[in-house]
Amino acid sequence: MTSPRISWLPKLVVAPSFVLGFLFIYGLIAWNGWLSVSASRLLPNYNFVGLAQYTALFDSERFHVALTNMAIFGLLFIGGAMAIGLLLAVLLDQKIRAEGVLRTIYLYPMAISFIVTGTAWKWMLNPGLGLEHLMQQWGFESFSFDWLINPDKAIYCVAIAGIWQSAGFVMALFLAGLRGIDDAIIKAAQVDGASLPRIYWRIVIPSLRPVFFSTLMVVSHLAIKSFDLVMALTAGGPGFATDLPATFMYAMAFSRGQIGLGAASATVMLATVAAIVVPYLYSELRTKR
Amino acid sequence: MTPRFTWHRLLLWAVLLLFAAWFLAPLYVMVATSLKDMEQVRNGSLLSWPTNPTFASWAKAWSAACTGTDCGGLQPFFMNSVLMVVPAVAVSTTVGALNGYVLAKWRFRGSETMFALLLFGVFMPMQVVLLPMSQVLGWLGIASSIWGLIVVHVVAGIPSTTLFFRNYYVGLPDELVKAAMLDGAGFWRIFTRIVLPLSTPILVVTLIWQFTNIWNDFLYGVVFSGADSKPVTVGLNNLSNTSSSVKEYNVDMAAALIAALPTLFIYAVAGKYFVRGLTAGAVKG
Repeated sequence: MTSPRISWLPKLVVAPSFVLGFLFIYGLIAWNGWLSVSASRLLPNYNFVGLAQYTALFDSERFHVALTNMAIFGLLFIGGAMAIGLLLAVLLDQKIRAEGVLRTIYLYPMAISFIVTGTAWKWMLNPGLGLEHLMQQWGFESFSFDWLINPDKAIYCVAIAGIWQSAGFVMALFLAGLRGIDDAIIKAAQVDGASLPRIYWRIVIPSLRPVFFSTLMVVSHLAIKSFDLVMALTAGGPGFATDLPATFMYAMAFSRGQIGLGAASATVMLATVAAIVVPYLYSELRTKR
Repeated sequence: MTPRFTWHRLLLWAVLLLFAAWFLAPLYVMVATSLKDMEQVRNGSLLSWPTNPTFASWAKAWSAACTGTDCGGLQPFFMNSVLMVVPAVAVSTTVGALNGYVLAKWRFRGSETMFALLLFGVFMPMQVVLLPMSQVLGWLGIASSIWGLIVVHVVAGIPSTTLFFRNYYVGLPDELVKAAMLDGAGFWRIFTRIVLPLSTPILVVTLIWQFTNIWNDFLYGVVFSGADSKPVTVGLNNLSNTSSSVKEYNVDMAAALIAALPTLFIYAVAGKYFVRGLTAGAVKG
C-alpha cells in the first residue's frame, strides 16, 4: 500500500528513533560487555583482562549472597504474587457486586513508586514502634518481629513488600484472561454436575495457560530488575545481607569504584533476563503472524 | 450462576475483604502516621487514628526536612521531577505515536524485524546501560542535569510507547488509510486528519503509563542526577535514610505521601487507562 512517491518518508520518520534505540540498547550493551572484560576500577580504562572480572565476580562472597537472595526473593515474590493474584482473580470473577471498587483497591500499589512502598514498609516493620509494638499492645507481650534488622530474615521483608505491590497487577492480568473464557463452557460443565471449584481447577485454570506464561515472564523479569524496593527498605543491609544483583551492580559501579566488576554483574543480569525473555518474545511475535 | 446467599458466598466475601484490608493497611498507616506528632507516634499504636491531627509533618516534609546535610525538604526534588517528567512524557509519546503509525500502516521491508529488536528494550535490565550511558551523558555535556535525565527517559521510553501505539494502530482498518490515499492525502495528512483523531484512548494510556513510570523511576534518578537535579524518589529515599538522633517517622510518611500523590491522583481519576497500559505490555494483541 506504499506509493513510490513517498516511500522514503515513513522510513525517514522512524529512522532517528531506531538509530537511537539500537545505539541505546545494543550499542550500550556491547560497550558494557567491553567494560566487563577491562581492568576498569574507579575510572573506565580499556586494558583487556579477559574474563578476570567474571572470575572475581563469582569468587566474591557478596555476589554469592546476592545470587542466593535472588533465588529466595525470586521464588517467594513470583510464587506469592502469582498465587495471590490468581486467587483474587478467580474470586473476583464470581460476579461480585463491588468488583470495580475491590479491583481499584487491589491494584493501587502498582501506581506508586517502590521507594514509597519501601519507606512505608520500613516504618511498619521496624522493630521498635511498628508491627511488633502493635502486637504487644494487643496483648501478645512476647511477640517479637525483628526481621527487618535480622540479616537472615530481612530478605523476607523485601519479598512481603514486593508481593504487596505486585499481586494486584497479576490479578489484573489473570482477570483479563478469565474474561476471555467463554461462559458457555462453564455452564455446560455445570449442567454435567461438576462443582464450581472443580470446574475452575480442571477447565478454567488450565485454559489460562498462555496468560499464565506471559504473567510469569513479566513477574520474573520484575523480580530480576528489583532495585528500588531494596534500596528504600533495607539499602541492601544489614551489611549486605539483602543485596540483589541489581543493588550489587549499583554498589560496585557507583560507590565502590569497581566499574569492571559492576559491568560484569550487569552482563550476568542481562544474560539471565535474555534467557527468559527472548524465547517469549520470539514465540509472541511468531504466533502473531 | 445467579449469586445466592450461601456460606461459601460469605467465605468469598471474607477473603476478598481481608485482602482489601491488607492492601489498604499501609496507605492507612501512612496517612495516620503523617498526621501525628512524634509524641503520639511513640506512645500511640500503629493503627490508631491521631487524637488531634496536625499537618505539621507535611509542612516539614515539604520545606524543612533534612535530606543528608541539606534541610530544604522535598520541595526542590518535587520541582525537579515536574521539570523532568513533562518534556520526557511529551517527547516519548509523540515519537511513539509516529513510530507506531509507520510500523502499523506504512510497513516496509524489515520493519517488523526492527520492531522486534526494539522490543527487547522494554524488557532488558537497565543496569546494563548505566555505566556506558553516564559516559555518553558526560560527552554530551548533560551529565548530572535534568536534561540528561530527560534524554535517558525519552530514549528508554521509546520502545514501550512504540509498542503501545503500534499495537493499537494495527487494529485500525487499513481501508481508512487506503481510501484517504485515493483521495490524494499524504503521509502527514492521513496521520493528523484520520489516525490522530482516532487515537484518544491509546494517547491517554501512553501518557499515563509514561508519566507513572518516569515519576516513579529511581534507578536513573539516583545514577544520572547531580546535586541539584535529583528527582523526588531520590529525595524521599535520602530523606528517610538520613539518620538523626530522633527518627521522625511522621515526616517520613508525609514525604512518602507527597511523592506518591501525583501518580495516586492520576490512578484515582483514570485508573482504567492505567490498567490498560499495565496489561498492554504483557498480553499483546
